[in-house]
Amino acid sequence: MSDAILRLDDVHTDIAQYRILHGVSFDVPAGGVHVLLGRNGAGKTTTLRTIMGLWRARKGAISFCHNDITALRTPDIARLGIAYVPENMGIFGGLTVEENMRLASTTGAFDDERLARVFALFPAMETFWDKQAYALSGGQKQMLAISRAIIERRELILIDEPTKGLAPSIINAMIDAFREIARDTTILLVEQNFHFARSLGRGATVIDDGHVAWHGEMSELAADEALQTRLLSLSMAEAS
Amino acid sequence: MNALSDGLSRFGGVYPLPVIIGVVALALIGNPSTWVTLTVAGLAMGMMIFLMASGLSLVFGLMDVLNFGHSAFVSFGAFIAASVLAAMGSWLTGSSPALNMIALLAAISAATAFGAASGWFFERVIVRPVYKDHLRQILITMGALIVAEQLLLAIWGGAPVPVARPAVLEGSVLFGNVAIETYRIFAFFLGLAVYVCLYLVLNRTRIGLLIRAGVENREMVEALGFRIDRLFIGVFMAGSALAAMGGGMWAGYQGLITPALGAEMLIIVFIVVIIGGLGSIEGSLLGAILVGLVANYVAFLMPKLALASNMILMMAVLLWRPYGLKPAVMG
Repeated sequence: MSDAILRLDDVHTDIAQYRILHGVSFDVPAGGVHVLLGRNGAGKTTTLRTIMGLWRARKGAISFCHNDITALRTPDIARLGIAYVPENMGIFGGLTVEENMRLASTTGAFDDERLARVFALFPAMETFWDKQAYALSGGQKQMLAISRAIIERRELILIDEPTKGLAPSIINAMIDAFREIARDTTILLVEQNFHFARSLGRGATVIDDGHVAWHGEMSELAADEALQTRLLSLSMAEAS
Repeated sequence: MNALSDGLSRFGGVYPLPVIIGVVALALIGNPSTWVTLTVAGLAMGMMIFLMASGLSLVFGLMDVLNFGHSAFVSFGAFIAASVLAAMGSWLTGSSPALNMIALLAAISAATAFGAASGWFFERVIVRPVYKDHLRQILITMGALIVAEQLLLAIWGGAPVPVARPAVLEGSVLFGNVAIETYRIFAFFLGLAVYVCLYLVLNRTRIGLLIRAGVENREMVEALGFRIDRLFIGVFMAGSALAAMGGGMWAGYQGLITPALGAEMLIIVFIVVIIGGLGSIEGSLLGAILVGLVANYVAFLMPKLALASNMILMMAVLLWRPYGLKPAVMG
């Protein structure tokens, strides 16, 4: 695919003595939401962390906008325009919402238009602007983590299981927010909630035991229950 | 314990603790003038210990480095300040208060500059190879402390070194019938000034914001695009410089120093960091003041318990608050 914003080519990653990724290769096309699916322990989070340089690939190559980022340090990868929202959200609890957002801005100043967009997507951020982040609810913390990722223009946002532990009403609000964000940014989303993934994903990659088990259009996966059961031990009935 | 926490939170959290200890001590001591003398001595001692401990707390909190060599900067600061003071003897003891203070500031500045430079060397050569390995950190930094002590012996010898004080800070100031040493007042205000500067840097600047964020989650700071290794070096240098400054002030406070000073201060400095909570300047200040006050009150009331007083204080605080009084990150 020539329009791939991110390309992983035969990526192998080890954590201590454990071999987690065994030659992961897939492309993320520019624009929209691409979903990374898989069972627990399949290697989804490791894939995101390897892209971000938080764990080093032992072998293989990762390119972003046609630049090889395999050996770059995490801060340099981030400065190329990749934002990362980890599974634990990575919120600085001792800092206020404003300070959390200010850290995510390269200059420390806010673009009024972007800030207004964040407040429109997540009104709670404006309400709790001066509040310390540890006092926010789980859903508000997730909103802050995503707000931080979009406070500046990014080419790609890596998001790890944003719906984990959230109430259904908040998950629905997240779906709307992600649709809006994906209008001008590519999102690579790790998700266990198939309903959420299916609502947003244009493309999907299924990882199993450190390998790519399937890669294609989300509509194709959503339509094939047998494939879902085989790849994810999941049926549509369970998912919805 | 919960009732104590709830009660304190209604009156400003842990911040009134020094006041509560002071009031209890006043009741036990009985004599107000003795109490004032001990309290000022405790506050001055606390402020000097704060200078030594604040850097260690940040290094511990931000870098997750157990630096048992931190007190080597205290020792070197003390000996360098003593040497500068001795070399500027005529200015130090002359009748001009301005020259007296210039000599003292030169000594403190030399100690601080040495602390920053040696901190840079220490981080690059000794600490950097052992990041993320606590056991090796303990071994190598303890080894560095021993080497530093031997260097002090080789340069200044084993005999106690007398430290002159500037003439303007000799003697006492009388408040009614209470005499308070001038040097202690100076030490208190210097410590307070450093605390205010640190507070402003940490809470009003972008570097401070990064440090506070780094103490909580180093990895996320990197993922936001910041080179935390550069921040590490800066914080390590600042922490070492503050330790050396504290050592310089401590030398004047004690009047006589030996190469064992670093090892002696190591335990107190760690107690302050543990009591205060990792990575927190406010915690370090609170812990240092508590240690200073308790050491002075107990030495007066129960001299036999003086040596153990800080350990007992630490145990009591940890039983009540296992993460310290004011940690930067709540466990």
